[in-house]
Amino acid sequence: MRRVNRNEKTRVTLTLNGKKLSAEAESRMLLTDFLRHALGATGTHVGCEHGICGACTVLIDGVAQRACLTLAVQAQGRAVTTVEALADADGALNPLQQAFRNNHALQCGFCTPGILMSFTDYLKRNPHPSTDEIRDVLSGHICRCTGYAGIVKAVEEAAKSHE
Amino acid sequence: MKPRPFDYVQPDTAEEAIALLAEYGDDARVLAGGQSLVPMLNLRLIEPQMLIDISRIKELDAIRDRGDTIEVGAAVTQNKLLTWPELKQKLPLVAAALPYVGHFQTRNRGTVCGSIAHADPSSELPLALAVSGGEVVLRSARGERVLPAGEFQQDMLTTARGADELVTAVRFPVMAGQGAGFHEVARRHGDFAIIAVAAAVEKDSSIRVGVGGMGGRPMVRVIAGDAGGAINGWAEELEGYEDLHASAALRRDLFKKLGPHVIAQATGGKA
Repeated sequence: MRRVNRNEKTRVTLTLNGKKLSAEAESRMLLTDFLRHALGATGTHVGCEHGICGACTVLIDGVAQRACLTLAVQAQGRAVTTVEALADADGALNPLQQAFRNNHALQCGFCTPGILMSFTDYLKRNPHPSTDEIRDVLSGHICRCTGYAGIVKAVEEAAKSHE
Repeated sequence: MKPRPFDYVQPDTAEEAIALLAEYGDDARVLAGGQSLVPMLNLRLIEPQMLIDISRIKELDAIRDRGDTIEVGAAVTQNKLLTWPELKQKLPLVAAALPYVGHFQTRNRGTVCGSIAHADPSSELPLALAVSGGEVVLRSARGERVLPAGEFQQDMLTTARGADELVTAVRFPVMAGQGAGFHEVARRHGDFAIIAVAAAVEKDSSIRVGVGGMGGRPMVRVIAGDAGGAINGWAEELEGYEDLHASAALRRDLFKKLGPHVIAQATGGKA
C-alpha cells in the first residue's frame, strides 16, 4: 500500500512523451502543476482547474483526460503524452496540427493543446467521425475565440488526411 | 485553486480500503475517477484529511454478468461500461443514458459507481439506476449490505452510505428486450441537466418513469394508461425548485414536454 502523508514529498516517476522523468511532489499537487512547474513542460495549459474548460487535457496511457483532475502521485509509472509530442523533432506539424492551422482553428491558442490531445485520442478510436461526433467530443472544451466552426472543419480535414 | 493538504493512500485491495475507512471514517474520502471529487477539492468545498485512491484496485475494475443483473465494480469507468459490447442488448437504459454523462474526456476517467455515490440530483447514472430498479453494494469491516437505489440515495449529495462503508459495486437488472428511453435538457451538451427523464417498459407493458432535477433525488413512478395525463399531474405534484439555471415553473414545463417524448422513445412511439 502506497502512502504519501500531507507534509512529505514523494518522488513521482513517469514517462513524459517517451522520456522517463521524475521529480518531487506533494500529495496534493495536481498533474498540471507537476508537468508545468516540476518538469517544465508548459505546453499543457491550466484554465479553470475544475475540469470544465478542457485546456489541460493530456493523454495518460493513451487516454484523454483532465490533468487538473489528476493528482501527480496518481501518474506514478504512467505514460503521459502532451502537446509537445505532436510535432516532429524538427518542428514540422503533424496532420492534426496542420489542419488546425489550415482552418483557422485557433486564435489565441490557449485552449488548443487540450483540444489537440482530445482528438489525438478520439481519432485513434474513431478515425472517421461524423460532424455530430466531432461536436460531441468538442463539447468537453471551451474556446472563447473561434466559435468552434474552424475546429470542427480542422478535425474533419485531419480525419480525411489519413484516408 | 489548489486542494488543502491531505494524506494520500493507495490501497492494493478492497480489503485494505475498507480497513482504512474503518479507521478514518468521515475524515477520509474515497477517490475513484475523481471527476466530481477533485473539482470539490480544488475549489476547497471539501477538506478531507485523507484520500483513499481505489482507482488501481483490480478486483473493483470488473463488469460481471450475474445472469439477471450486471454488476459494475467501483473502479469501472463510464467509458469502459459505454464500450462494453453487451451494453445495448442487456442494459438499454444505461446505454441511452451514458452518452449524456459529462464529456468524452471525463467519461474516460469518471466511474459509474462514483457518480452514483456522489448523488448529484440531476446526474444521469443515479436516475438510470433508480428507474432500472438497481442496487448498490456496500462493504465495511462490519460486513456487506445491498441497498435498492431508492434507499441508497436520500437527498442532494446525501446517501445511506455509512462513514466506514465502501461502495464496491452497483447492480443493474438485465433489461434485454425491454424498451428504454432517456433524454435531458441542459444549457449546453454535457452540462448538468436542468431536468433529465428516463423510462423503461416493464414486462406487463406498464412504464417505469423517472425524473432527475425536480428534487433532491431521482423520483420514480410506474405509469399505466394515459401517459401524457399522468406526467402532467405528476409534474404539478413535484413542484420542482428554482436555481440559477431554471425556475421551478420551467422545470415543470420541461418535464411535461420531455416526459411523453421519452416514454415514446421507450415504447417505440406506441405511447
